Amino acid sequence: MKILVIADHDNGALKPETSKVVNAASKIGSDITVLVAGANVAEIANSAAQIAGVTNVIVADDAVYAQQLAENTADLVVELASGYSHILASASTTGKNMMPRVAALLDKSQISEIIAVVDENTFKRPIYAGNAIATVQSNEDVKVLTVRASAFDVQASQGAVAINSVDSAVANTTTEFVSVEQTMSERPELTAAAVVISGGRGMQNGENFALLEGIADKLGAAIGASRAAVDAGFVPNDMQVGQTGKIVAPNLYIAVGISGAIQHLAGMKDSKVIVAINKDPDAPIFQVADYGLVADLFEVLPELEKAL
Amino acid sequence: MKVLVPIKRVIDYNVKARVKADNTDVDLNNVKMAINPFCEIAVEEAVRLKEAGAATEVVVVSIGDKACQEQLRTALALGADRAIQIDTEQKLESLHVAKLLAKLVDQEQPELVILGKQTIDADNNQTGQMLAALTKRGQATFASKVVVEGGKAVVTREVDGGLQTISVALPAIITTDLRLNEPRYASLPNIMKAKRKPLDVIAADSFGVDLAPRVTLVRVEEPAKRQGGIVVESVSELVEKLKNEAKVIS
Repeated sequence: MKILVIADHDNGALKPETSKVVNAASKIGSDITVLVAGANVAEIANSAAQIAGVTNVIVADDAVYAQQLAENTADLVVELASGYSHILASASTTGKNMMPRVAALLDKSQISEIIAVVDENTFKRPIYAGNAIATVQSNEDVKVLTVRASAFDVQASQGAVAINSVDSAVANTTTEFVSVEQTMSERPELTAAAVVISGGRGMQNGENFALLEGIADKLGAAIGASRAAVDAGFVPNDMQVGQTGKIVAPNLYIAVGISGAIQHLAGMKDSKVIVAINKDPDAPIFQVADYGLVADLFEVLPELEKAL
Repeated sequence: MKVLVPIKRVIDYNVKARVKADNTDVDLNNVKMAINPFCEIAVEEAVRLKEAGAATEVVVVSIGDKACQEQLRTALALGADRAIQIDTEQKLESLHVAKLLAKLVDQEQPELVILGKQTIDADNNQTGQMLAALTKRGQATFASKVVVEGGKAVVTREVDGGLQTISVALPAIITTDLRLNEPRYASLPNIMKAKRKPLDVIAADSFGVDLAPRVTLVRVEEPAKRQGGIVVESVSELVEKLKNEAKVIS
Protein backbone atom coordinates (compact mmCIF):
# COMPACT_ATOMS: atom_id res chain seq x y z
CA MET A 1 0.00 0.00 0.00
CA LYS A 2 1.33 3.39 -1.00
CA ILE A 3 -0.41 6.50 0.20
CA LEU A 4 -0.25 9.97 -1.33
CA VAL A 5 -1.27 12.93 0.84
CA ILE A 6 -1.84 16.30 -0.81
CA ALA A 7 -0.48 19.02 1.47
CA ASP A 8 -2.77 21.84 2.53
CA HIS A 9 -0.98 25.20 2.60
CA ASP A 10 -1.45 28.84 1.71
CA ASN A 11 1.97 29.29 0.03
CA GLY A 12 3.13 30.90 3.28
CA ALA A 13 2.96 27.97 5.65
CA LEU A 14 1.88 24.38 5.86
CA LYS A 15 -1.55 24.14 7.46
CA PRO A 16 -1.92 21.98 10.57
CA GLU A 17 -4.64 20.04 8.73
CA THR A 18 -1.88 18.34 6.70
CA SER A 19 -0.47 16.72 9.82
CA LYS A 20 -3.94 15.46 10.74
CA VAL A 21 -4.42 13.99 7.25
CA VAL A 22 -1.06 12.21 7.68
CA ASN A 23 -2.46 10.89 10.97
CA ALA A 24 -5.45 9.49 9.05
CA ALA A 25 -3.08 8.05 6.43
CA SER A 26 -0.99 6.36 9.13
CA LYS A 27 -4.07 4.37 10.14
CA ILE A 28 -4.22 2.98 6.58
CA GLY A 29 -0.54 2.18 5.98
CA SER A 30 3.03 3.24 6.64
CA ASP A 31 4.34 4.26 3.21
CA ILE A 32 3.23 7.90 3.10
CA THR A 33 4.29 10.44 0.48
CA VAL A 34 3.27 14.08 0.79
CA LEU A 35 2.85 16.20 -2.33
CA VAL A 36 3.41 19.93 -1.93
CA ALA A 37 2.20 21.84 -5.00
CA GLY A 38 2.54 25.61 -5.10
CA ALA A 39 4.92 28.46 -5.85
CA ASN A 40 7.99 29.09 -3.66
CA VAL A 41 7.08 26.27 -1.34
CA ALA A 42 10.55 24.95 -0.36
CA GLU A 43 9.95 25.88 3.30
CA ILE A 44 6.55 24.23 3.26
CA ALA A 45 8.03 21.06 1.80
CA ASN A 46 10.55 21.16 4.64
CA SER A 47 7.77 21.34 7.22
CA ALA A 48 5.98 18.44 5.54
CA ALA A 49 9.16 16.34 5.66
CA GLN A 50 9.17 16.71 9.45
CA ILE A 51 5.70 15.29 10.09
CA ALA A 52 6.13 11.94 11.83
CA GLY A 53 5.23 9.02 9.58
CA VAL A 54 5.98 10.78 6.29
CA THR A 55 8.42 8.68 4.27
CA ASN A 56 8.91 10.93 1.27
CA VAL A 57 7.99 14.43 0.07
CA ILE A 58 7.42 15.44 -3.53
CA VAL A 59 7.45 19.11 -4.34
CA ALA A 60 6.04 20.68 -7.49
CA ASP A 61 7.22 24.26 -7.25
CA ASP A 62 6.06 26.41 -10.14
CA ALA A 63 4.23 29.69 -10.65
CA VAL A 64 1.41 27.81 -12.42
CA TYR A 65 0.45 26.22 -9.08
CA ALA A 66 0.59 29.48 -7.11
CA GLN A 67 -3.17 29.75 -6.60
CA GLN A 68 -3.76 25.99 -6.35
CA LEU A 69 -6.57 26.17 -8.89
CA ALA A 70 -8.36 22.86 -9.28
CA GLU A 71 -7.87 22.25 -12.99
CA ASN A 72 -4.09 22.06 -13.28
CA THR A 73 -3.46 20.91 -9.71
CA ALA A 74 -5.77 17.94 -10.31
CA ASP A 75 -3.91 17.18 -13.57
CA LEU A 76 -0.64 17.22 -11.62
CA VAL A 77 -1.98 14.81 -9.01
CA VAL A 78 -3.24 12.48 -11.76
CA GLU A 79 0.19 12.63 -13.42
CA LEU A 80 1.79 11.47 -10.18
CA ALA A 81 -0.97 9.08 -9.05
CA SER A 82 0.38 5.90 -10.59
CA GLY A 83 1.32 3.27 -8.01
CA TYR A 84 -0.62 4.76 -5.10
CA SER A 85 -3.46 2.82 -3.50
CA HIS A 86 -4.83 5.79 -1.56
CA ILE A 87 -4.88 9.52 -2.32
CA LEU A 88 -5.88 11.76 0.58
CA ALA A 89 -6.45 15.47 1.06
CA SER A 90 -7.93 17.59 3.79
CA ALA A 91 -11.60 18.49 3.31
CA SER A 92 -10.64 22.17 3.23
CA THR A 93 -12.11 24.32 0.46
CA THR A 94 -8.95 23.62 -1.56
CA GLY A 95 -9.23 19.86 -1.08
CA LYS A 96 -12.97 19.80 -1.69
CA ASN A 97 -12.46 21.78 -4.87
CA MET A 98 -9.74 19.60 -6.34
CA MET A 99 -10.17 16.01 -5.17
CA PRO A 100 -13.42 15.10 -6.97
CA ARG A 101 -11.73 16.29 -10.14
CA VAL A 102 -8.84 13.90 -9.45
CA ALA A 103 -11.29 11.08 -8.72
CA ALA A 104 -13.26 11.60 -11.93
CA LEU A 105 -10.09 11.78 -14.05
CA LEU A 106 -8.95 8.48 -12.50
CA ASP A 107 -12.49 7.08 -12.95
CA LYS A 108 -12.87 6.38 -9.21
CA SER A 109 -15.70 7.03 -6.80
CA GLN A 110 -14.54 9.38 -4.04
CA ILE A 111 -15.33 9.08 -0.35
CA SER A 112 -15.70 12.52 1.22
CA GLU A 113 -14.92 13.77 4.72
CA ILE A 114 -13.92 10.58 6.46
CA ILE A 115 -13.88 10.81 10.25
CA ALA A 116 -12.48 7.32 10.97
CA VAL A 117 -10.47 4.61 9.26
CA VAL A 118 -11.93 1.14 9.89
CA ASP A 119 -9.53 -0.67 7.56
CA GLU A 120 -7.76 0.10 4.29
CA ASN A 121 -11.05 -0.13 2.33
CA THR A 122 -13.57 0.94 4.95
CA PHE A 123 -14.23 4.37 6.39
CA LYS A 124 -16.76 6.25 8.49
CA ARG A 125 -18.24 9.55 7.40
CA PRO A 126 -21.12 11.77 8.52
CA ILE A 127 -24.20 12.03 6.31
CA TYR A 128 -27.47 13.99 6.59
CA ALA A 129 -25.79 16.98 8.25
CA GLY A 130 -24.23 14.72 10.87
CA ASN A 131 -27.54 13.13 11.87
CA ALA A 132 -26.13 9.76 10.88
CA ILE A 133 -22.71 8.18 10.54
CA ALA A 134 -22.24 5.90 7.54
CA THR A 135 -19.67 3.13 7.34
CA VAL A 136 -18.74 2.74 3.68
CA GLN A 137 -16.50 0.29 1.90
CA SER A 138 -14.74 1.25 -1.31
CA ASN A 139 -14.36 -1.41 -3.99
CA GLU A 140 -11.99 0.78 -6.01
CA ASP A 141 -8.34 -0.22 -6.47
CA VAL A 142 -7.40 3.41 -5.81
CA LYS A 143 -9.19 5.14 -2.97
CA VAL A 144 -9.65 8.88 -3.34
CA LEU A 145 -10.52 10.31 0.06
CA THR A 146 -11.01 13.68 1.70
CA VAL A 147 -10.45 13.83 5.43
CA ARG A 148 -12.29 15.83 8.05
CA ALA A 149 -9.12 17.02 9.78
CA SER A 150 -10.83 17.89 13.08
CA ALA A 151 -11.55 14.18 13.61
CA PHE A 152 -7.84 13.27 13.64
CA ASP A 153 -4.88 14.20 15.85
CA VAL A 154 -1.80 16.19 14.94
CA GLN A 155 1.23 13.94 14.32
CA ALA A 156 4.47 14.35 16.27
CA SER A 157 7.53 15.59 14.42
CA GLN A 158 10.52 13.66 13.05
CA GLY A 159 13.88 14.36 11.47
CA ALA A 160 13.26 15.58 7.91
CA VAL A 161 12.96 12.86 5.24
CA ALA A 162 14.05 13.21 1.62
CA ILE A 163 12.43 15.84 -0.58
CA ASN A 164 12.21 15.19 -4.32
CA SER A 165 11.28 17.81 -6.87
CA VAL A 166 9.17 17.02 -9.89
CA ASP A 167 9.65 19.10 -12.95
CA SER A 168 6.06 19.68 -13.88
CA ALA A 169 4.19 22.77 -14.93
CA VAL A 170 0.69 21.96 -16.16
CA ALA A 171 -0.88 25.13 -17.57
CA ASN A 172 -4.43 26.05 -16.64
CA THR A 173 -6.19 26.69 -19.92
CA THR A 174 -9.67 27.47 -18.62
CA THR A 175 -9.38 29.35 -15.37
CA GLU A 176 -7.52 32.45 -14.24
CA PHE A 177 -7.00 33.78 -10.77
CA VAL A 178 -8.31 37.35 -10.38
CA SER A 179 -8.03 38.31 -6.73
CA VAL A 180 -8.32 37.15 -3.17
CA GLU A 181 -9.79 38.97 -0.24
CA GLN A 182 -8.45 37.48 2.97
CA THR A 183 -10.52 38.08 6.04
CA MET A 184 -8.10 40.18 8.09
CA SER A 185 -7.90 38.99 11.63
CA GLU A 186 -5.43 39.09 14.47
CA ARG A 187 -7.19 36.05 15.80
CA PRO A 188 -6.38 32.41 15.17
CA GLU A 189 -8.12 30.62 12.32
CA LEU A 190 -11.39 28.99 13.30
CA THR A 191 -10.31 25.47 12.50
CA ALA A 192 -6.99 25.82 14.35
CA ALA A 193 -8.09 27.78 17.45
CA ALA A 194 -7.96 26.24 20.93
CA VAL A 195 -10.93 28.37 21.95
CA VAL A 196 -13.89 29.38 19.77
CA ILE A 197 -16.70 31.74 20.71
CA SER A 198 -19.66 31.80 18.31
CA GLY A 199 -22.73 33.97 18.01
CA GLY A 200 -26.13 33.03 16.63
CA ARG A 201 -29.40 34.68 15.69
CA GLY A 202 -29.70 35.81 19.31
CA MET A 203 -26.95 38.38 18.64
CA GLN A 204 -29.66 40.31 16.73
CA ASN A 205 -27.25 42.09 14.36
CA GLY A 206 -23.67 42.19 13.12
CA GLU A 207 -22.65 45.12 15.34
CA ASN A 208 -23.42 43.10 18.45
CA PHE A 209 -20.71 40.60 17.49
CA ALA A 210 -18.38 43.25 18.99
CA LEU A 211 -19.59 41.92 22.35
CA LEU A 212 -17.77 38.65 21.56
CA GLU A 213 -14.53 40.37 20.59
CA GLY A 214 -13.45 41.45 24.05
CA ILE A 215 -13.95 37.92 25.33
CA ALA A 216 -12.17 36.44 22.30
CA ASP A 217 -9.22 38.79 22.91
CA LYS A 218 -8.89 37.65 26.51
CA LEU A 219 -9.12 33.95 25.62
CA GLY A 220 -7.09 34.09 22.40
CA ALA A 221 -10.21 32.72 20.74
CA ALA A 222 -11.46 32.65 17.17
CA ILE A 223 -14.95 34.02 16.52
CA GLY A 224 -17.53 31.89 14.72
CA ALA A 225 -21.21 32.08 13.91
CA SER A 226 -24.18 29.84 13.33
CA ARG A 227 -25.71 29.45 9.88
CA ALA A 228 -28.74 31.41 11.11
CA ALA A 229 -26.49 34.40 11.86
CA VAL A 230 -24.86 34.09 8.43
CA ASP A 231 -28.21 33.71 6.66
CA ALA A 232 -29.48 36.80 8.48
CA GLY A 233 -26.48 38.71 7.07
CA PHE A 234 -24.90 39.49 10.46
CA VAL A 235 -21.46 38.14 9.51
CA PRO A 236 -19.64 36.64 6.50
CA ASN A 237 -19.97 32.98 5.61
CA ASP A 238 -16.34 32.14 6.36
CA MET A 239 -17.28 32.49 10.05
CA GLN A 240 -19.91 29.79 9.75
CA VAL A 241 -19.52 26.78 12.03
CA GLY A 242 -21.66 23.83 10.97
CA GLN A 243 -22.16 21.03 8.51
CA THR A 244 -22.15 23.48 5.58
CA GLY A 245 -19.44 25.68 7.10
CA LYS A 246 -16.37 24.94 9.18
CA ILE A 247 -16.02 21.89 11.39
CA VAL A 248 -14.22 22.78 14.62
CA ALA A 249 -13.11 20.80 17.67
CA PRO A 250 -11.45 23.24 20.07
CA ASN A 251 -10.73 22.69 23.77
CA LEU A 252 -13.42 25.21 24.63
CA TYR A 253 -16.42 26.19 22.51
CA ILE A 254 -18.71 28.96 23.72
CA ALA A 255 -22.08 29.18 21.93
CA VAL A 256 -23.84 32.49 22.49
CA GLY A 257 -27.43 33.06 21.38
CA ILE A 258 -27.31 29.84 19.35
CA SER A 259 -30.33 27.54 19.61
CA GLY A 260 -28.37 24.46 18.53
CA ALA A 261 -29.80 23.33 15.20
CA ILE A 262 -28.42 19.91 14.21
CA GLN A 263 -26.67 21.68 11.34
CA HIS A 264 -24.66 23.71 13.85
CA LEU A 265 -24.08 20.85 16.28
CA ALA A 266 -22.53 18.84 13.45
CA GLY A 267 -19.82 21.50 13.24
CA MET A 268 -18.84 21.74 16.90
CA LYS A 269 -20.03 18.78 18.93
CA ASP A 270 -16.56 17.22 19.05
CA SER A 271 -15.28 20.18 21.07
CA LYS A 272 -13.77 19.14 24.40
CA VAL A 273 -15.83 21.49 26.55
CA ILE A 274 -18.98 23.27 25.36
CA VAL A 275 -20.51 26.30 27.06
CA ALA A 276 -23.95 27.56 26.01
CA ILE A 277 -25.40 30.95 26.84
CA ASN A 278 -29.03 31.32 25.79
CA LYS A 279 -32.11 32.86 27.34
CA ASP A 280 -34.33 29.98 26.19
CA PRO A 281 -33.93 27.13 28.73
CA ASP A 282 -35.39 24.67 26.19
CA ALA A 283 -32.84 25.46 23.47
CA PRO A 284 -31.35 22.17 22.15
CA ILE A 285 -27.84 23.57 22.58
CA PHE A 286 -28.16 22.86 26.32
CA GLN A 287 -28.41 19.13 25.57
CA VAL A 288 -24.83 19.06 24.32
CA ALA A 289 -23.38 21.76 26.58
CA ASP A 290 -21.16 20.86 29.52
CA TYR A 291 -22.02 24.17 31.13
CA GLY A 292 -25.23 26.03 30.39
CA LEU A 293 -26.10 29.56 31.47
CA VAL A 294 -29.73 30.53 30.97
CA ALA A 295 -29.48 34.29 30.68
CA ASP A 296 -29.81 37.34 28.45
CA LEU A 297 -26.57 37.46 26.50
CA PHE A 298 -26.57 41.25 26.46
CA GLU A 299 -26.36 41.22 30.24
CA VAL A 300 -23.86 38.43 30.76
CA LEU A 301 -21.36 39.00 27.93
CA PRO A 302 -19.95 42.24 29.42
CA GLU A 303 -19.91 40.52 32.80
CA LEU A 304 -18.04 37.52 31.38
CA GLU A 305 -15.48 39.76 29.70
CA LYS A 306 -14.78 41.45 33.03
CA ALA A 307 -14.57 38.15 34.91
CA LEU A 308 -11.90 36.67 32.65
CA MET B 1 -26.72 31.19 -23.67
CA LYS B 2 -28.24 27.98 -22.43
CA VAL B 3 -27.94 27.13 -18.73
CA LEU B 4 -28.37 23.58 -17.41
CA VAL B 5 -29.26 23.14 -13.75
CA PRO B 6 -29.13 19.63 -12.27
CA ILE B 7 -31.27 19.32 -9.13
CA LYS B 8 -31.80 16.58 -6.56
CA ARG B 9 -34.84 15.49 -4.57
CA VAL B 10 -33.75 15.16 -0.93
CA ILE B 11 -35.20 15.13 2.56
CA ASP B 12 -36.61 18.57 3.45
CA TYR B 13 -33.96 20.49 5.36
CA ASN B 14 -36.36 21.10 8.26
CA VAL B 15 -36.82 17.38 8.84
CA LYS B 16 -34.43 15.49 11.10
CA ALA B 17 -33.18 12.31 9.43
CA ARG B 18 -33.69 9.16 11.49
CA VAL B 19 -31.63 6.03 11.25
CA LYS B 20 -33.52 2.78 10.52
CA ALA B 21 -33.74 0.33 13.39
CA ASP B 22 -31.77 -2.28 11.42
CA ASN B 23 -28.94 0.24 10.75
CA THR B 24 -29.08 -0.29 6.98
CA ASP B 25 -29.77 3.33 6.05
CA VAL B 26 -31.69 6.47 6.95
CA ASP B 27 -35.47 6.03 7.02
CA LEU B 28 -37.08 8.13 4.27
CA ASN B 29 -40.55 6.55 4.43
CA ASN B 30 -43.27 9.18 4.71
CA VAL B 31 -40.69 11.94 5.07
CA LYS B 32 -41.27 15.34 3.46
CA MET B 33 -39.02 15.75 0.42
CA ALA B 34 -37.89 18.93 -1.33
CA ILE B 35 -35.35 20.36 -3.77
CA ASN B 36 -31.91 20.26 -2.19
CA PRO B 37 -31.38 23.84 -0.87
CA PHE B 38 -28.12 24.41 -2.76
CA CYS B 39 -29.82 23.19 -5.98
CA GLU B 40 -32.64 25.67 -5.38
CA ILE B 41 -30.04 28.46 -5.19
CA ALA B 42 -28.66 27.16 -8.52
CA VAL B 43 -32.10 27.35 -10.15
CA GLU B 44 -32.57 30.87 -8.82
CA GLU B 45 -29.19 32.00 -10.16
CA ALA B 46 -29.96 30.58 -13.62
CA VAL B 47 -33.37 32.27 -13.68
CA ARG B 48 -31.78 35.58 -12.65
CA LEU B 49 -29.24 35.23 -15.48
CA LYS B 50 -32.16 34.80 -17.86
CA GLU B 51 -34.04 37.77 -16.40
CA ALA B 52 -30.89 39.87 -16.78
CA GLY B 53 -30.66 38.89 -20.45
CA ALA B 54 -27.44 36.89 -20.03
CA ALA B 55 -29.15 33.51 -20.50
CA THR B 56 -31.74 32.54 -23.10
CA GLU B 57 -32.90 29.18 -21.80
CA VAL B 58 -32.85 27.43 -18.43
CA VAL B 59 -33.07 23.62 -18.51
CA VAL B 60 -33.42 21.67 -15.26
CA VAL B 61 -32.57 17.99 -14.95
CA SER B 62 -33.02 15.51 -12.15
CA ILE B 63 -31.91 11.89 -11.93
CA GLY B 64 -34.22 9.52 -10.11
CA ASP B 65 -37.58 7.79 -10.24
CA LYS B 66 -40.88 9.44 -11.14
CA ALA B 67 -41.08 11.15 -7.73
CA CYS B 68 -38.40 13.66 -8.68
CA GLN B 69 -40.79 15.13 -11.27
CA GLU B 70 -42.32 16.97 -8.31
CA GLN B 71 -39.05 18.86 -7.76
CA LEU B 72 -38.66 19.44 -11.51
CA ARG B 73 -42.16 21.03 -11.56
CA THR B 74 -41.13 23.23 -8.64
CA ALA B 75 -38.06 24.36 -10.57
CA LEU B 76 -40.26 25.09 -13.60
CA ALA B 77 -42.52 27.16 -11.35
CA LEU B 78 -39.46 29.10 -10.19
CA GLY B 79 -38.78 30.06 -13.80
CA ALA B 80 -36.95 27.24 -15.60
CA ASP B 81 -38.12 26.73 -19.20
CA ARG B 82 -38.09 22.96 -19.53
CA ALA B 83 -37.22 19.87 -17.55
CA ILE B 84 -35.61 16.49 -18.11
CA GLN B 85 -35.98 13.48 -15.83
CA ILE B 86 -33.25 10.88 -16.23
CA ASP B 87 -35.21 7.87 -15.07
CA THR B 88 -33.66 5.31 -12.75
CA GLU B 89 -34.62 3.49 -9.57
CA GLN B 90 -31.00 2.95 -8.63
CA LYS B 91 -29.21 4.77 -5.84
CA LEU B 92 -26.30 6.43 -7.61
CA GLU B 93 -22.88 7.64 -6.54
CA SER B 94 -21.64 11.14 -7.44
CA LEU B 95 -19.39 9.70 -10.17
CA HIS B 96 -22.40 8.00 -11.82
CA VAL B 97 -24.41 11.20 -11.64
CA ALA B 98 -21.53 13.20 -13.11
CA LYS B 99 -21.16 10.66 -15.96
CA LEU B 100 -24.86 10.80 -16.82
CA LEU B 101 -24.78 14.61 -16.69
CA ALA B 102 -21.67 14.65 -18.90
CA LYS B 103 -23.64 12.70 -21.55
CA LEU B 104 -26.50 15.15 -21.24
CA VAL B 105 -24.10 18.09 -21.53
CA ASP B 106 -22.87 16.47 -24.76
CA GLN B 107 -26.42 16.45 -26.11
CA GLU B 108 -27.63 19.79 -24.82
CA GLN B 109 -24.39 21.81 -25.14
CA PRO B 110 -25.14 24.31 -22.35
CA GLU B 111 -22.59 27.11 -21.98
CA LEU B 112 -23.08 27.06 -18.25
CA VAL B 113 -23.99 24.29 -15.84
CA ILE B 114 -24.92 25.51 -12.36
CA LEU B 115 -25.19 22.93 -9.56
CA GLY B 116 -25.52 23.02 -5.79
CA LYS B 117 -22.17 22.55 -4.06
CA GLN B 118 -23.47 19.56 -2.11
CA THR B 119 -26.66 17.74 -1.27
CA ILE B 120 -27.88 17.66 2.30
CA ASP B 121 -28.35 13.89 2.26
CA ALA B 122 -25.04 12.39 1.12
CA ASP B 123 -23.05 15.60 1.82
CA ASN B 124 -20.52 14.54 -0.81
CA ASN B 125 -19.64 17.84 -2.50
CA GLN B 126 -18.33 16.06 -5.62
CA THR B 127 -20.69 16.12 -8.59
CA GLY B 128 -19.92 19.58 -10.01
CA GLN B 129 -16.17 19.08 -9.85
CA MET B 130 -16.46 15.60 -11.40
CA LEU B 131 -18.68 16.91 -14.18
CA ALA B 132 -16.12 19.63 -14.90
CA ALA B 133 -13.36 17.02 -15.13
CA LEU B 134 -15.37 14.70 -17.39
CA THR B 135 -16.41 17.51 -19.74
CA LYS B 136 -12.91 19.07 -19.61
CA ARG B 137 -14.43 22.36 -18.51
CA GLY B 138 -13.22 24.90 -16.00
CA GLN B 139 -14.90 24.96 -12.63
CA ALA B 140 -15.90 27.65 -10.15
CA THR B 141 -17.08 26.00 -6.98
CA PHE B 142 -18.72 27.46 -3.84
CA ALA B 143 -19.84 30.61 -5.68
CA SER B 144 -21.09 33.61 -3.75
CA LYS B 145 -21.20 35.92 -6.79
CA VAL B 146 -21.45 35.19 -10.52
CA VAL B 147 -20.96 37.71 -13.33
CA VAL B 148 -21.18 36.44 -16.93
CA GLU B 149 -19.48 38.69 -19.51
CA GLY B 150 -17.43 38.40 -22.68
CA GLY B 151 -17.36 34.62 -22.90
CA LYS B 152 -16.32 34.27 -19.27
CA ALA B 153 -17.83 33.79 -15.87
CA VAL B 154 -16.20 35.88 -13.18
CA VAL B 155 -16.99 34.07 -9.96
CA THR B 156 -16.32 34.99 -6.36
CA ARG B 157 -15.78 31.85 -4.29
CA GLU B 158 -16.18 31.19 -0.58
CA VAL B 159 -12.82 29.77 0.50
CA ASP B 160 -11.28 29.14 3.91
CA GLY B 161 -10.21 32.47 5.29
CA GLY B 162 -11.95 34.73 2.78
CA LEU B 163 -13.15 35.16 -0.77
CA GLN B 164 -11.36 34.24 -3.98
CA THR B 165 -12.34 35.62 -7.37
CA ILE B 166 -11.54 33.65 -10.52
CA SER B 167 -12.38 34.02 -14.18
CA VAL B 168 -13.50 30.84 -15.96
CA ALA B 169 -13.78 30.57 -19.74
CA LEU B 170 -17.21 29.43 -20.96
CA PRO B 171 -18.43 26.75 -21.27
CA ALA B 172 -17.97 26.21 -17.55
CA ILE B 173 -19.32 24.54 -14.43
CA ILE B 174 -20.38 26.55 -11.36
CA THR B 175 -21.43 25.24 -7.96
CA THR B 176 -23.38 27.41 -5.55
CA ASP B 177 -22.71 28.36 -1.95
CA LEU B 178 -25.27 29.55 0.55
CA ARG B 179 -24.97 33.29 0.08
CA LEU B 180 -25.15 33.41 -3.72
CA ASN B 181 -28.79 34.48 -3.65
CA GLU B 182 -32.03 34.04 -1.79
CA PRO B 183 -34.39 31.87 -3.84
CA ARG B 184 -37.87 33.22 -4.57
CA TYR B 185 -41.11 31.51 -3.71
CA ALA B 186 -43.12 30.12 -6.60
CA SER B 187 -46.32 32.11 -7.15
CA LEU B 188 -49.60 30.28 -7.72
CA PRO B 189 -49.94 31.43 -11.35
CA ASN B 190 -46.39 30.24 -12.00
CA ILE B 191 -47.13 26.88 -10.37
CA MET B 192 -50.12 26.52 -12.74
CA LYS B 193 -48.01 27.58 -15.72
CA ALA B 194 -45.29 25.08 -14.75
CA LYS B 195 -47.72 22.20 -15.28
CA ARG B 196 -47.79 22.97 -18.99
CA LYS B 197 -44.04 23.38 -19.46
CA PRO B 198 -42.25 20.49 -21.22
CA LEU B 199 -40.86 17.65 -19.10
CA ASP B 200 -39.04 14.90 -20.99
CA VAL B 201 -38.20 11.52 -19.53
CA ILE B 202 -35.04 9.71 -20.67
CA ALA B 203 -34.12 6.25 -19.39
CA ALA B 204 -30.76 6.29 -17.58
CA ASP B 205 -29.82 3.03 -19.36
CA SER B 206 -30.03 4.76 -22.74
CA PHE B 207 -26.87 6.79 -22.01
CA GLY B 208 -24.64 3.70 -22.00
CA VAL B 209 -22.99 4.62 -18.69
CA ASP B 210 -21.75 1.84 -16.38
CA LEU B 211 -23.77 2.42 -13.21
CA ALA B 212 -22.44 -0.54 -11.21
CA PRO B 213 -21.89 0.41 -7.54
CA ARG B 214 -18.30 1.04 -6.48
CA VAL B 215 -18.90 1.85 -2.85
CA THR B 216 -20.88 -0.36 -0.45
CA LEU B 217 -22.92 1.14 2.35
CA VAL B 218 -22.05 -1.20 5.22
CA ARG B 219 -23.89 0.38 8.13
CA VAL B 220 -25.62 3.57 9.21
CA GLU B 221 -25.78 4.55 12.86
CA GLU B 222 -26.73 7.44 15.10
CA PRO B 223 -23.83 9.70 16.00
CA ALA B 224 -22.42 9.21 19.49
CA LYS B 225 -24.55 11.17 21.93
CA ARG B 226 -22.88 13.82 24.03
CA GLN B 227 -23.61 13.73 27.71
CA GLY B 228 -25.55 16.81 28.76
CA GLY B 229 -23.84 18.85 31.46
CA ILE B 230 -25.00 21.16 34.20
CA VAL B 231 -26.73 24.51 34.33
CA VAL B 232 -24.77 27.20 36.13
CA GLU B 233 -26.48 30.10 37.87
CA SER B 234 -24.09 32.95 37.19
CA VAL B 235 -21.12 34.16 35.18
CA SER B 236 -18.85 33.84 38.21
CA GLU B 237 -19.87 30.21 38.69
CA LEU B 238 -19.25 29.56 34.98
CA VAL B 239 -15.76 31.07 35.11
CA GLU B 240 -14.97 29.14 38.29
CA LYS B 241 -16.04 25.83 36.67
CA LEU B 242 -14.05 26.52 33.50
CA LYS B 243 -10.95 27.29 35.54
CA ASN B 244 -11.07 24.64 38.24
CA GLU B 245 -13.27 21.82 36.97
CA ALA B 246 -12.84 21.74 33.18
CA LYS B 247 -9.42 23.43 33.38
CA VAL B 248 -9.78 24.93 29.90
CA ILE B 249 -8.98 28.51 30.91
CA SER B 250 -6.46 29.87 33.35
